[in-house]
Amino acid sequence: MKRLLVPTLAAVVALGLVGLLAYGLLVGAEDDSIEQAVARGNFPPAPSAPLPVLGESATQSVAGLRGKVVVLNFWASWCEPCRAEAPLLERAHKRLTTAGTGTVLGVTYDDSTPASLKFVEDYGMSFPSVRDVGTKLAKRYGTTYVPETFVIDRRGRIVDVFRGPIDQAFIDRALARAQA
Amino acid sequence: MSRAPLVLAALLLALLPAAALGATPKVDLVDVEDEVMCVTCKVPLNIAEGAQPDSQRALIRDLIAQGKTKAQIKQQLVAEYGENVLALPESEGVGVTAYAIPLVLGAIVLGSLALLVPRWRRRPAAGVATGEPAGPADTATDDTLALSDVDRARLDEDLARYDR
Repeated sequence: MKRLLVPTLAAVVALGLVGLLAYGLLVGAEDDSIEQAVARGNFPPAPSAPLPVLGESATQSVAGLRGKVVVLNFWASWCEPCRAEAPLLERAHKRLTTAGTGTVLGVTYDDSTPASLKFVEDYGMSFPSVRDVGTKLAKRYGTTYVPETFVIDRRGRIVDVFRGPIDQAFIDRALARAQA
Repeated sequence: MSRAPLVLAALLLALLPAAALGATPKVDLVDVEDEVMCVTCKVPLNIAEGAQPDSQRALIRDLIAQGKTKAQIKQQLVAEYGENVLALPESEGVGVTAYAIPLVLGAIVLGSLALLVPRWRRRPAAGVATGEPAGPADTATDDTLALSDVDRARLDEDLARYDR
């Protein structure tokens, strides 16, 4: 019995290390479960957390916007494609607020407050943005790069998603689906 | 009168500004960079390249210009980017293994020692050629007790030869 002790311990340690490796690979893998669910027409509930509004002391969450269409956009001041996307998002925000049906909500990604505020000013972004410190909300959306955009309907479900810079065609299609 | 005290006083006065500067050392970018991480590329900031790490460096430079200490700069970086900005393993997910593995290995080593040391202490003393069972190793305080008569005789001969 005692002779088996050392090999058993070694086997347990080896299995543990293999398990950790497998876990690390799984955790590090890109999460595309939202895209898959949306593609099946099984719109998943939008993850939500109260986050500090950029430049304000208040907090905002996706859940707090229930009843409105939300264009949730992850962005950063250091992200080159986000610059091209900003005017498009601003137009979508004006369209939604004029109709009274929704809003664009920005989420900053690994960005400092001063840099984000300067970006907002430089690109004349009137829509609110929240600060996702530590990218905890981003992880729940499977976001590992910016820009990424999720369109959420009035019932708080993700009805469309685009990982990369969006264009006008995406906004038109997604908003039509969300407002249907 | 000796001029030595005057020279010493002059030297001390000359060194005062340097001492004052030394009391509040100025932080530089390099000093902070190697202790924080690039939050998007997950490598130390001093070797990271790209727009995001450049943005982090710009913030550090601003904080240095504001006269913040290294500790204050790190605190501000955590407030802006989260705990991941510190060059420490993550406290959740796979990062936990960085803390867990040393603890597990330590427990295994301690367990093995607890198991093996008593067994090792119970082993017969090496070199006993008399065929008689040896007592516990800690009772063999005299090395000659572990020698056979033949070996003892040979040892005495050798020692005698060296004494000549």
